[in-house]
Amino acid sequence: MKGISRRRFLAASLAGGAATTLTLSKQAIGAGAFEGYPDGMGVLVDLTRCVGCRSCEAACNKEQNLPAPAAPFDDPSVFDQTGHGGQKRRTDENAYTVVNRYEPEGQEPVYRKFQCNHCNEPACLTSCFVNAYTKTREGAVIYNSKVCVGCRNCMIACPFQVPAYSYSSAFDPVIKKCIFCYDTRLKYGKPPACVESCPQEVMTFGYRKELIKIAQDRIKARPGKYVDHIYGENEVGGTGWMYLAGASFDQLGFDTDLGKEPIISNVKDFLGTVPMVLAIWPALFTGFHLLAKKKDHAGADHSSHNAQEDAEQ
Amino acid sequence: MKTYIEQGIGAVDSPYKDKDKAEKRSWSLVEKLLLGLTAGQYLRQALRNPFNWILGLIFIVGLPLIAGRFWFGLSFATHSSNDYPWGLFLAFGLFTMVPLSASGFMLGTTVEIFGRHDFQPVERLALLNGLLGYFFAVVYLLVDLGQPWRLPYPMFVSFGTAAVLFLVAWHVATYLSVQVAEVSSAFFEWIGWPMGAQFIRKIAVGLTVSGIILSTLHQGALGALFTYAPGKVHPLWYSASFQWIFFFCSAIPAGLCMVIAVSTVVKKTMAWRCDRNFLDNLDNLTIALAKGASMGLITYLTIKLIGIAHDNEWAYLTTGWGQWFLLEMALGVVLPLGLFAYAIRHRMPNLVRGAAFLTIFGIALNRINTALIAFNWKLYQEIPHWKEVVISVTIFAIYIVTYRFILYRLPILFTWKEAPALATETVTEKATSSLGAPALVEMYSKSDR
Repeated sequence: MKGISRRRFLAASLAGGAATTLTLSKQAIGAGAFEGYPDGMGVLVDLTRCVGCRSCEAACNKEQNLPAPAAPFDDPSVFDQTGHGGQKRRTDENAYTVVNRYEPEGQEPVYRKFQCNHCNEPACLTSCFVNAYTKTREGAVIYNSKVCVGCRNCMIACPFQVPAYSYSSAFDPVIKKCIFCYDTRLKYGKPPACVESCPQEVMTFGYRKELIKIAQDRIKARPGKYVDHIYGENEVGGTGWMYLAGASFDQLGFDTDLGKEPIISNVKDFLGTVPMVLAIWPALFTGFHLLAKKKDHAGADHSSHNAQEDAEQ
Repeated sequence: MKTYIEQGIGAVDSPYKDKDKAEKRSWSLVEKLLLGLTAGQYLRQALRNPFNWILGLIFIVGLPLIAGRFWFGLSFATHSSNDYPWGLFLAFGLFTMVPLSASGFMLGTTVEIFGRHDFQPVERLALLNGLLGYFFAVVYLLVDLGQPWRLPYPMFVSFGTAAVLFLVAWHVATYLSVQVAEVSSAFFEWIGWPMGAQFIRKIAVGLTVSGIILSTLHQGALGALFTYAPGKVHPLWYSASFQWIFFFCSAIPAGLCMVIAVSTVVKKTMAWRCDRNFLDNLDNLTIALAKGASMGLITYLTIKLIGIAHDNEWAYLTTGWGQWFLLEMALGVVLPLGLFAYAIRHRMPNLVRGAAFLTIFGIALNRINTALIAFNWKLYQEIPHWKEVVISVTIFAIYIVTYRFILYRLPILFTWKEAPALATETVTEKATSSLGAPALVEMYSKSDR
């Protein structure tokens, strides 16, 4: 079930402008401390096992009732496709997950599955002004299309460029992204369709905390095979989906400059000033007004005198 | 219009018809709307103006495209994509129009809070500029939103209280109403309901202070929106700590220069509508505004440098992006600063005006850089669809038409002549000067508004 998140609680306490800013400030203090729900689920993706069969793409397509793709799922030519600016394929309104091929220097090609990483502290969620996103207790980041206004701030905010928008729809455009098969599977404790479909057991579904241990064990057992890093353990505050790889992550299309702080931490400097401005400005500027007005004549003379001086300079 | 004024026809500037001295008939609403001309005369002057033909041409091309955007969806008109969710509508329409509309709260503060009533001739113009700028920023936003009919959702349906955009939505909405109230005093005078105007005058200080609060926060919030995208905006245009101050601070010269720019255009194109109080004071006020703008610009330049030092971004300055950044700062900040300094010292209002236009260009370039050009700098460069450009131009043309419509009618550039005694006085004046101004100046100095 959807947990009563702090945000819901805070939203409920909203009562006009002043209350808004108070909640904003509380949010700012609390945001960085959240490390995910204790029983949040995740998936560990071991890229060393992936052979690029794209069964996961097919399974996702079927599970989410997406339209059939232009090229069939067993067509390997898609790996050579490049979009705008030489970009590899990405998720869009018709594909919530894609597999891309990377060729790290001096190594065999590596296939990388890509979908929403289901962050612990999702940037999409914190940037959404109608609270359309929810981080469920089970670990999924889901989206409510009924309230979405279509500002696309979540797409700006997502550090992994995951959310896609159905731009071609005129009357009901919505965000399209992986929801961890929440409605049909995760809610009932079942792994998502892609995990189940994989013939290579690339993906391990489980409690996020345990997945980290499994990943650490694998690295320890085969130090030559893996790079000593679990991508997603700490990136942007930690993600539900995590990755192991045999080549350095920056050669596999991962952004390795994201840092450990959740995206919302960048915004806190501003959010912290909001209640201060609201509290201080009224007195400050009314005070200025009173100072300027109290001795109307003297004040007016003085200021016009100054103005003249300025002009003469 | 000029021709009619010379013939002594038209230009409503008081509740009473000047021509009928004896009866003192009031203008009817239709007559006010037609500026005291007959419908035929009005149409003829409109058709004579070549600028109207240009506008007409823009509308013929642009309006169908706007309809197409709503009928066929965003992908019909824009290059907005999954990588580049925001395009020109927001980069220009929202992120540029809003700082250019800081004029309202700047001049409101100067006059109402600091009591500098010598700025009064341009106060209403600044307020109107603010109101229309915000209003049309919202229009641009509506064109860009996927489901614009849901715009009130963050107010009434679902609250994302942690989001910066939530603050922007609330503050822009509240500030729009504040500005409507501020400008409404001119409307009440025009429509002939002095009670309303008096009421607004009473709450002017309150309105202005709330205007400052709301402006500080949402001008800053527009900058803070980009702190959600730390890896996507080029470091030279990004600062987690200072982004909101950059946006707020640069809005100050932007707003002031917009007043200079608009008053320049107004003086050139509709001098008939301005009273002597406006025209005679304009040069001095232009220089005074430029002083304020210089303060804003030098502060902005300083904090930009601090921003680079704080995040240690010096190395980026030698790259291509760095040169582009330096060009933006040189053309949009340093050069105007130099020109302002020279022009203020030598009292050259026209040079000030040129520098003001340059500053506006600089701010616009900064916002478009942040939102579009330096955005996704690691990916690829997005070029807006030509339809996106045409629609942006069309909305701007609608903005100009609305702006002009209001300036022609409401007492923004001239003072509304209330007292019947003064109205007759001005009739006699009108014989000598088509504008009937000296009496006005007198009246102006008497009333302390």
